[in-house]
Amino acid sequence: MTATIESPRSGRIAPQYRRSGGSRGNFEMIAWLFMRLSGVVLVVLIFGHLFVNLMVGEGIHAIDFGFVAGKWADPFWQFWDLAMLWLAMLHGTNGVRTIINDYAEKDSTRRWLKTVLYSAAAVIIILGTLVIFTFDPCPVVDGVPLPGGFCPA
Amino acid sequence: MPTKPAGTLYRGREGMWSWVGHRITGVVIFFFLLVHVLDTSLVRVSPEAYTAVIGAYKNPLMALGETGLVAAIVFHAFNGLRIIAVDFWKKGAKYQRQMLWAVLGLWLVTMVAFSIRHLSLALGGH
Repeated sequence: MTATIESPRSGRIAPQYRRSGGSRGNFEMIAWLFMRLSGVVLVVLIFGHLFVNLMVGEGIHAIDFGFVAGKWADPFWQFWDLAMLWLAMLHGTNGVRTIINDYAEKDSTRRWLKTVLYSAAAVIIILGTLVIFTFDPCPVVDGVPLPGGFCPA
Repeated sequence: MPTKPAGTLYRGREGMWSWVGHRITGVVIFFFLLVHVLDTSLVRVSPEAYTAVIGAYKNPLMALGETGLVAAIVFHAFNGLRIIAVDFWKKGAKYQRQMLWAVLGLWLVTMVAFSIRHLSLALGGH
């Protein structure tokens, strides 16, 4: 009397309805997961960044070249800022990519906007990374230390 | 294409407006981030160039702008944690409205505290 009904998706799925496969693989799922994982880490990194730079001591008035030199003398803050740079840029770039996909209807418009977006993101990530790792507290031009630098006596 | 879709529980309610807020704050933060990496990069040009440009962040009008930026960041952060709860917590979708009000409450408390501290530092006699 009782007919057994197969549970959904237990059988073969016609190719056009399959969610995985295709050249894009599961990129969108990885991107979705990345937004959540990086989001949690960014809350900690950015709240810490804002607290240390704006809420402590003299706050924003303390920020100058010496302040940056003091922070980046410590590998801890170099790593903090590097992680913040990469995670925030990838998180933001993926967010703007989603917005472009949502609102730009023409294929050519989407491709254009994403080319601009990815180029800008690449430039900013590479520039920021180089700045963190090549920072010099005592910059010297033609043998003369620039004013405002922190040079060993 | 129909211009007036049937009303839903989502359209025009907490779910939709928090989504709109998340998008707008996200874009604002992204564009500030681009500028902020560029201004920080001036430490590689010269100490004076960096200190001069950072000086622009210290005027009273910018202090209000910074407060607005932090307001966007704090909303995006708390609402982002709410989205994670909606996605990963079993009862997340059921309590998404209550969680939005919690987000707004926490946002208000955080912003009152931040504004008092930041504006008194930035605008205070120095």
